[in-house]
Amino acid sequence: MPRGWRGLKNTPPPMVRFPSHELEEVRVSTVSVPPVVDPTLDEPPATKRRDTKAALIMVAPAVILLLAFVVVPLIAAGWLSLHNVRLNSGRPATWFGLQNYTRLLTDPEFYRGLANNFIFAIIVVPVQTGLALGLALLLNRPLRGMSAFRTFFFMPVVFPMALVAVIWRLIYSRDTLGMLNAFLDWISFGHLGPYDWLGNAATAMLAIIIMSIWQGVGFQMIILLAGLQGISPSLYEAASIDKANRWQQFRNVTLPGLRTTLIFVVMVTTIFSFRLFDQVWILTQGGPNDATTTVMFQAVTAAFSENNVGKGAAITVVFFVIVLLITLIQRRILREEREVS
Amino acid sequence: MNTPTKPAPGLTVDEPQPRKGKSPLRKAGTYLVMIVITLLFVAPILYMVIGSFKPSDKVLNGLAGFIPEDLSLDNYTGVFDRFNSPATGYFYNFYLTSFIVSVVVVLGGLVVNSMAAYALARLRWRGRNGVLLAVILLVIVPFEAIAVPLFYLLNDYRNTYYVQFTPFIAQAFSVYLFYTFFVGLPKQLEEAARVDGAGPWRTFFYIVVPMSKPVFASVTILTFLSSWGAFLWPVMMIDQPAFRPLPLEISVFLGQPPTDWGQIFAFGVMLVLPLLVVFLVFQRWFIQSVASSGLKG
Repeated sequence: MPRGWRGLKNTPPPMVRFPSHELEEVRVSTVSVPPVVDPTLDEPPATKRRDTKAALIMVAPAVILLLAFVVVPLIAAGWLSLHNVRLNSGRPATWFGLQNYTRLLTDPEFYRGLANNFIFAIIVVPVQTGLALGLALLLNRPLRGMSAFRTFFFMPVVFPMALVAVIWRLIYSRDTLGMLNAFLDWISFGHLGPYDWLGNAATAMLAIIIMSIWQGVGFQMIILLAGLQGISPSLYEAASIDKANRWQQFRNVTLPGLRTTLIFVVMVTTIFSFRLFDQVWILTQGGPNDATTTVMFQAVTAAFSENNVGKGAAITVVFFVIVLLITLIQRRILREEREVS
Repeated sequence: MNTPTKPAPGLTVDEPQPRKGKSPLRKAGTYLVMIVITLLFVAPILYMVIGSFKPSDKVLNGLAGFIPEDLSLDNYTGVFDRFNSPATGYFYNFYLTSFIVSVVVVLGGLVVNSMAAYALARLRWRGRNGVLLAVILLVIVPFEAIAVPLFYLLNDYRNTYYVQFTPFIAQAFSVYLFYTFFVGLPKQLEEAARVDGAGPWRTFFYIVVPMSKPVFASVTILTFLSSWGAFLWPVMMIDQPAFRPLPLEISVFLGQPPTDWGQIFAFGVMLVLPLLVVFLVFQRWFIQSVASSGLKG
């Protein structure tokens, strides 16, 4: 018999059946309880039943909403990707087999989008993580005024990407009076520019990358700063007793201490790279010549602009598989990490 | 960890700052670097703010774009005048949309997700582990992965407020943040309340919620940031001006020639103002919420 049960022995059983909403207030104690072996279950069965009822009501809204707006759409993505679906066409969805996928396999534009996401990831992940780490290390010094600098570095994170794109649209203006062109002209004494940053296939992606780093680096910086502050100072003391120089301290104390945080940051940024959409939609619409098209941009244009929901869903499925793979790799690395330590 | 109480002769380990050579010159160098970096981060923001008060033809003006000259509120009144008909939408409409969507998503999310997390963290019921596992698995699903099928499923509900907030109230990640926080709370107070006869609801609302301000603040901030800036979903679901949120409208505004940069920047300042105010007032919470979002994985 569970321990706490005895205390309730004297509680009289309810005389009347209460309407269910009042049950909350009443201790219903039934006698026929199967012996519970779980030693952690030290509450009386009445409490347990009340818990179950409350728990179900508490999780119900979240579970129902998540089912309706995450699970069902995920399944629908798979279903739609196997059909030929047009919205508002009056025609029902028809079975399409794997055609949406096989068409993607021979679609150079889709490959271009995938490649662009990879290019974005290959540049942004190391550069942004490195910059974030550098900024975090700078801010971690015991100097006066660091919290003010932290505020400034973090400020762009507060800006919605749509607004960031609008501001940078003007900075990247191809006009000689565009901010970036004017700046290059000024520091090169008139030798450089003007360039059409967003209109030129060679620079458009780079322009989007720089802008995205400006907006996003503060986020990673804060996460890494929290990681840095989690490293025990005694480790640094020990290192300095061993006469480790700054670089050695960084290599042997800071980096190992930040490993899991760094893995997390790298994975989040990689996934973020494949979600790239807002900037592209606002600034370049995938152009020029598909130089900035991305997987998500194509999923949206397929479904929304071309009214080809099946194709959009197929692209979505591919996108999700990529995200899953990245997550699995992260889990794998973290698990190995744990086994080592 | 034990630090030696008596340092070996010749070693000074009592200072927790082993950095050597803190000469004033070095310090000045550090500050110089910090100021240059600050300029890089702040310049685009400053450009927007200054430009929003300048005549439009002086905004796109090279480096002189930073010079505050001929300042006035004309661009702001210009925005209100420009968006003043059903065809263009009214400016207050955009604000109202963003406001309604964010408030419902944030408040609804706080209630729904914290309740679920409490049931998962503290109550015992059959199926708990299954639901918990499902929630953790759902954390990895980014909205982008379901945007297209949702667009298809909710096609009949386009151009409404509720299509903009309903899908975002329950968030697996928020449940997860609440869950990890609740699991880490000391149990004694709750147990005392339970012994005194408080049911799970009362325990949750009167004991657990007041103890959990940090996680509520974190979730509020993270949710507010993403809902106020929502873009992908409105692009697909909203084409009537009356239901456009601010970020969608500024992208439409940008695409309407002739481009009036002063007004666009004024629009941008008004768009970001609530976020900036909340950020500057609740800065500590902001930083903490971002830091806590990194604790997962």
